[in-house]
Formats: sequence, structure tokens, C-alpha cells
Amino acid sequence: MSLVTADNLEKTYQIGEITVKAIRGVNFSIEPASFVSFVGPSGSGKSTLLNMIGCLDPPTGGYLQVAGQDIANMNRKQAARFRGEHIGFVFQDFNLIPVLTVFENVEYPLLMVQNWPEQKRKKQVQNLLEAVGMGDQANKYPSQISGGQKQRVAVARALVTNAKLVLADEPTANLDGETANRIINLMKKMRDELDTTFIFSTHDPRVMRNAEIIFTLEDGRLRNGGAHA
Amino acid sequence: MLNIIKIAARNLRRYQRRTILTSALITLGVVAVLLYISVTGSFKDMMVGQITDSMIGHLQIHRRGYLASIDNLPLNLNLNEHQLTKVKKILSNVDAVESFSMRIKLGAMFSNFTETTNIRLNAVIPEQEVKTVPLLPDRIIEGQKKDVLLQKGEILIPELIAKGMKVKVGDDIVLVANNKDGSVNGKTFTVSGVLEGISGPGGRDGVIHLDDAKELLRIDGVEISEIAIRLKSMDDLPPVFSRLKEELASIKDKQDKPVFELHTWEKLTPFYNIAKMIDLMTFFIKVMLVSIVLVSIMNVMIMAVYERINEIGTISAIGTLPGKIMALFVTEGFLLGVLGTVVGTVISLISIAAINAAEITFNFGRQSDLLLAPVIGQGDVITIGLIVIGISVLASLQPAFKAARMDPITALRHV
Repeated sequence: MSLVTADNLEKTYQIGEITVKAIRGVNFSIEPASFVSFVGPSGSGKSTLLNMIGCLDPPTGGYLQVAGQDIANMNRKQAARFRGEHIGFVFQDFNLIPVLTVFENVEYPLLMVQNWPEQKRKKQVQNLLEAVGMGDQANKYPSQISGGQKQRVAVARALVTNAKLVLADEPTANLDGETANRIINLMKKMRDELDTTFIFSTHDPRVMRNAEIIFTLEDGRLRNGGAHA
Repeated sequence: MLNIIKIAARNLRRYQRRTILTSALITLGVVAVLLYISVTGSFKDMMVGQITDSMIGHLQIHRRGYLASIDNLPLNLNLNEHQLTKVKKILSNVDAVESFSMRIKLGAMFSNFTETTNIRLNAVIPEQEVKTVPLLPDRIIEGQKKDVLLQKGEILIPELIAKGMKVKVGDDIVLVANNKDGSVNGKTFTVSGVLEGISGPGGRDGVIHLDDAKELLRIDGVEISEIAIRLKSMDDLPPVFSRLKEELASIKDKQDKPVFELHTWEKLTPFYNIAKMIDLMTFFIKVMLVSIVLVSIMNVMIMAVYERINEIGTISAIGTLPGKIMALFVTEGFLLGVLGTVVGTVISLISIAAINAAEITFNFGRQSDLLLAPVIGQGDVITIGLIVIGISVLASLQPAFKAARMDPITALRHV
């Protein structure tokens, strides 16, 4: 069974009197434990699509199912709960909370979203930090670590709730080539270890090379149906 | 909820500058109000004490209609022996009554043998009077203070008459008065002391012995204009007033109307209006504090939300429910309120203790070297604390609601 299924998916924005069709009748399905990239130029609809899959932005047409649930008609609260249970996010700007340590940033979803008991929580956080190679940096603040390290922490935070799906919007855009490769390899490694599906958007050719399945978007339409790299 | 409190407390610790600034504002407001309440409260209590303890007592009983005519000092509205016996019986059954003093109030002509003026007089039984208004002897500014307030044949004259008529302690004067039948009588008195005048009814009256007044007014038997009552504690005033009012009202005349009227000190002195004004000013100061706290917390919380839009977007994206985001910001406001209130209360209590230790004196009107002794009641501290904390929470609601309603995509895009 597919983890993500989109059928004639559409997203239209109304900006004043102008109607912008960001996604136009897109169809695709993504299997569990896939390593998928949506590629395309700026404005092609990659981020919009990821936002819809991540229940941050509801579709305006078509059908979208994630982890067995139709997410088109969820309200804010249901969407937030669904994200907390099933989806992890990695952002282009890392989005770590500046006043929290590395450990506390990773711990946050377990504390605030899933309410894990303390001992289990601390063990899970430490395991994830070890897995992304940040175990020895746990007490540092985001301002004290490099961009690549921040993105490792962000990956750990996305995985800490045992999410089925991690969405990464341009995860390497603010990283140099070598660091970008390390992050992609780390995500792949985590996919292999945890069977988590990774979907990321990029227009970085270095990242595209590492994707196993590539969907190319152009003007809100899919140009291929998910080519295997 | 415990996790939210922990996270909110951690946020306040980490956003240190903002926390210090806001809690300092709240602290300042709390200190200002508690000090103001304690100092004005002390001033008010002292002034009330001066008036009740040196002049009017806590309660007064008159014959019905007397107070309305008190400017004329009517002698035909005095209490007779029969009525007095009933009042005494009622008063003796009230444990909260410390003492009472029976007075004849009269107007007379005061002559120093060269000039004449009018004088208002309280004729008292000195022992009763001193028990009922124990600060009266302290108002004697000239003349030797004796164990007994005054002897028969002596008069305590008000300061203004002493100065105006150039009368000194030891001088003889003559009082001439009409009795209730209209006949005139005179009697010579020796000035035994000069009384400091204070504001309010009776504050510029002279004092003579009750027996002398009876002789001057040719009263046979017993006649009393007013009974001043002192309670063991001022706190007993409302219940004692209610009880006495009920018992006195049950005594009716032939027309089936109450014989007596009962008044608290509040109805007898214009200072009560000043006391009410102090209360009103205190209320406005409280309102100002509440406004300061409200505006400062709201400002800080709005700024906090604005500064943390990206953080809000992130925690919202990772699945934090809107209710929890709201609770987080409201809890931060609540904790800021608690912190400011606790620190403010501690500083206020230390300041009040310091003011008491410094024994600061001040002058009020004609009274000098009054000791400033601020006190603050537990009730006031708790009330102010609860108001400030409540307002802190209230001020956090709007920014918290804004944070909770924020669209995660818009928030994440915020730079």
C-alpha cells in the first residue's frame, strides 16, 4: 500500500483578482521507505506540493492520501495532530529553536507533541543524536554549531517521533557541496535503518544524483511519473 | 500541563533580558502600590485614631433628632434618667464595648472680665471621658497634665479662645449659659489647661466637669446630650453597630418612634470623606498599576510573538496543537506575573520594615511629629498579587491567541 497517493491534485491560490494555479492535476504515489526527490526550477510548485503532503496547506482539488488518511478535509487541529504523529520536517533554514540546546531541540516534539515519559524520551533523543553523529554536541546551542551540524540536528528532530514520513524542503540549499552530500547520505542511512520515507524538494543537481525516485515538476505539472535515478 | 509549565519556565530563563525587563516593570508596579497602600493606610488609620481616640469615640448615642440640631446644641433633646438607664443596660451587655462616656454639650458665653465670646463645651465625667477618648489628655498643650483630666470648677479651653482672649492657665473666667427654660446663670471657672484644636465636630470645644454643667444649667437629676462609646477593637465596629442599632431601635416612645439614634464615627466627622478620598486614590493607583502591568505584559508578549514567529511556525509544523501553543504563551505571561509579584512583594515588605525601623515623622495640619508607621494587611498583599497575576494572564491572551492561530507556512517564511 502506498504511503502517499495523489490523484488529480490541485492547488490554486487567489491573490487579489489573480488566480494562481500552483499545482495542476498531479498524480503520483510513493511507497514506504522510499527516497524521493521532487525537482524543478523555482516556482514549479515543489514547496507547495511538499506543504500539501505535510498537511500544512490543504489541496483545493483532487485527492491526497497520506499514511492511509485523506488529508484534504482536515481542520487545523486534526492536521497538527496528524503531523505530530506521522510526519517529520527538515527545513532549508534548519529552524532550530535558538534558546534550546541541541538535545532540547530534538527532545521538543516528544515533550510538547507526543508527551513521552522522561526516561524513554531521553534515551530516544540520545540514540538519534548518536545516529546523526551529534551525540557529543548535545549541550551546545544552535549558534555554537555549523550549518551541516544544524541540519543533522534537524534530521534527528524529524525522526525522533518515529515518523513514517520525513519531508525536507531544499534541505541542502544553505550548505556547501561536501556538507550537502553528507546530509543526503545521512538521510539515506536513516531511511535504511528506520525504513522512514524521505521526500525532499531540490533544484540542486548534487542532491538529485542521490535520489532514488525523481519527480520533475514544471509549472505545477509533473513531467515524469517518478523516474528511478 | 506540567511539560508546558517546564517549557515556559525554561523559555523565560533563556530569554533572560526580556524576562528581567518585564518582571522588573511588574515588580515596580507592585512595590509602588503596596507601599502606597501601606503608607496611606497608616496615615488614614492614624488620623482616624486621632479623631476617635481624642474626641468622638467609635460610636455615639443621642436622642433621636439631636444630631440634626447639633449646631444649636439643643438642651431640650437630652436623654433623661430613665432613657439613660436603658442605654447603660444595653451597653453593659456588649462585651466589645471597652467604655462609654456621658456628656452634656452646651453653648455658653465666655468672659475674661474684659471681653466676651461664645464657646462650645463638653461637660464630662473625667474618668469616663479619659477611658473613652484616651488621647484627649495629649491634646492639652498648656497646663500640667494630671492624673485626673480636670477637677470641678476647672475648665480646659480651646487654643483659639486662649489666644484670642489672652487667657492663660490659672486665670479665672466666667461662663454664662441659658438653661432649657431660658433662664440665665453664670459660674466662675479656673483655666486648668489649653486644648489643641483638631478638625471635626467637637475639635474646638472646651471641657468642663459634668457636675459644673448641671450647676450652670440648673439641672436637677440626670440629663445627658450624648454617650460616646469606645470599643475594644475598631474591627468590632460593624457588628456592634448592627447589634446596638437593633436593640436601641426596639425602645420606642409614645408615638411608637425610636427614642435613640446611633452613629458611627464615620457619620460624625468630615474626616471620613478624606478617608474615603484616600480609598478612592488608592483605588485609582491600583487601576494605574493594573494598566502598567497590562500594557507592559501585552507589549512584551506581542514582541515575543513577533520575535518568535519562526519558532512558532516550527513548533506548529512539527505538530504542536494550537491549544498547546496558546497555553505555552499564556503560561509564560502567568509566570512573569508570579515572578514580578513575588519579587515586588518581598521588596515592599522589606521597604515597609525599613520605613518602620527609620521611625520617620511628619507634620499634618497643626499636628507635628506624627510617626509614619506603614503596615500592610495580608488581604491587601493577596488581593494585589492575584490582580497582577490575573492581569498578566489576561494580557498574554491576545498575543497567545495570535500565536496559536498563526498559519505555519506564513510563520516559517518569516525572516
